[in-house]
Amino acid sequence: MSRYFAIFQLTARNSLIREMSFKLNFLLWILVELLWFVGQLAFIEVLYGQVHDIAGWTKWQVVALVGVHQIIAQLFQAFFYLNLTALPELVRTGRLDLMLTLPMDAQFAVSTRQVAFDCIINSFVGVGIVTFALVKLGTVPNAAQFALFALAVPFGVAVHYAVMFGLSCISFWFIRAQSFIHGYFNLFHIGRYPEAVFRGAFRFIFTWLVPIILVSNVPAKILTRPLESPLTSLGMLALATVIVLAATRTIWKLGLRRYGSASS
Amino acid sequence: MHVPRDDWPHLQNFPMTATIAKYAKVFNVGAQNTFVYRWNFILRSVFGIVPLIGTIFLWKAMFGSGGAVLSGYTFSQLILYFAMSIFVENLVTPTEDEWQIAGEIRDGKMSFLLLKPVNYLIYRFTLYASYRLLYTAVLLPGIALIFFFLRAHMTLPLHMGTWILFALGTSMAALIQFFIAYSIAMLAFWILEISTVVFMVFSIEYFLSGQIFPIDMLPAWLGGFVKWSPFPYEMYFPVQIFMERVSGEKLATGLAIQAFWVLAMWLLAVGLWRRGIRRYQAVGN
Repeated sequence: MSRYFAIFQLTARNSLIREMSFKLNFLLWILVELLWFVGQLAFIEVLYGQVHDIAGWTKWQVVALVGVHQIIAQLFQAFFYLNLTALPELVRTGRLDLMLTLPMDAQFAVSTRQVAFDCIINSFVGVGIVTFALVKLGTVPNAAQFALFALAVPFGVAVHYAVMFGLSCISFWFIRAQSFIHGYFNLFHIGRYPEAVFRGAFRFIFTWLVPIILVSNVPAKILTRPLESPLTSLGMLALATVIVLAATRTIWKLGLRRYGSASS
Repeated sequence: MHVPRDDWPHLQNFPMTATIAKYAKVFNVGAQNTFVYRWNFILRSVFGIVPLIGTIFLWKAMFGSGGAVLSGYTFSQLILYFAMSIFVENLVTPTEDEWQIAGEIRDGKMSFLLLKPVNYLIYRFTLYASYRLLYTAVLLPGIALIFFFLRAHMTLPLHMGTWILFALGTSMAALIQFFIAYSIAMLAFWILEISTVVFMVFSIEYFLSGQIFPIDMLPAWLGGFVKWSPFPYEMYFPVQIFMERVSGEKLATGLAIQAFWVLAMWLLAVGLWRRGIRRYQAVGN
């Protein structure tokens, strides 16, 4: 375990050195994310220009939700996104061979090749927005709420990771399938909406099979809607995370078997 | 070295039919390349449905607490708006073009292309048109299915003329989108990495072309400003024509602004190409 941590530290250090040699690009990426985020907030403004609440969610609760989504999505993008988008190319070119021969778990090897530090900065923007929304709501969450929130965020990052990892494993079967990147963004598009708007089979699928609805809603509810049984929803999120991680681990194993047989 | 221009002098001696046949060949190659990526299409359309369903749920809740009409849209009209937006967006939004053009510039493939008796802009536009048409053709069963599921909310234009105006508006939207993508790609003559610029423009287009909400829902002061920008004419405006929400003077003004942006973006694209290619050759020597 400590070996994996040491490897990861080295990776992070190398990534920081590389990013600092392209400072302008680093700043521009932060600007891109900021533009995107301003657009989100404008959208909320448009929505709440017309109604007082959406399925019982007030404006600043939804702003907090979008802020939480920002924190989780950016943390995921900081540690895993670039690595997972690179997987299909590793498969196509056969460079995955190198990863498989390393004396560590291959899933770990392909998932942690670099760290994007601009995304960590962007996740702080999310923290700022959540704080601002809480001020506007006039609520100060207690220590227990913060503790549960801090527990829920890593689960959320894990769900983002699992979904994207599962999608990029599609490349074991279909070489030219770069669309999985759009798949990730399309799926998490709905993660920014209050869970109360979803109904029926759609709600079931995206709560239990691909737990996108839970990812940001659970931590946002813990902070802004504490009356809605936070422990139960955190438990749901934890369970759903374990299921989706196990499922994608299985897909990865199946994919590796296929990869092995393809090159021999 | 001979300085290639947009108007290739030796090309003007070619009979018109030969020119058309030449670009028809390019179209064909583009279509075949696109077909190789069919799994991309299918995956993309499957995942593309998820945000649409999410959007419908969100607006259902909106209408649940806001009443029967929001900003002049009934629930059915809004669903028609989003369904038509998806259709127009898939038809006109370039997906790979800017990356491919920038790649050709960066990897030095441009030298090879410059030797061919083709106008690069028309060459790229032909490829773009073939990508988009084939892409839409592949997606058509899926889009038809979506329209069928939402048929209770779908209404066709009342006037025959609307179809023609919609085709005109959509064609101009395609030209604006193509010229913007082409112009951004031209930046590869000067900078190594264009992705930040691509995504910056993309994020503005995403919100101001009406993909996430109809532009007339913006506050009046902001809407009045955005109306003069090219972005609503990349998607929102043709959909408004289709829904017959613009008519008379407003329609004429809209088409005029759209035509202006087609022209302006074309000039920008051509201008950047000329400057870029001059620089490209200076580096090559």
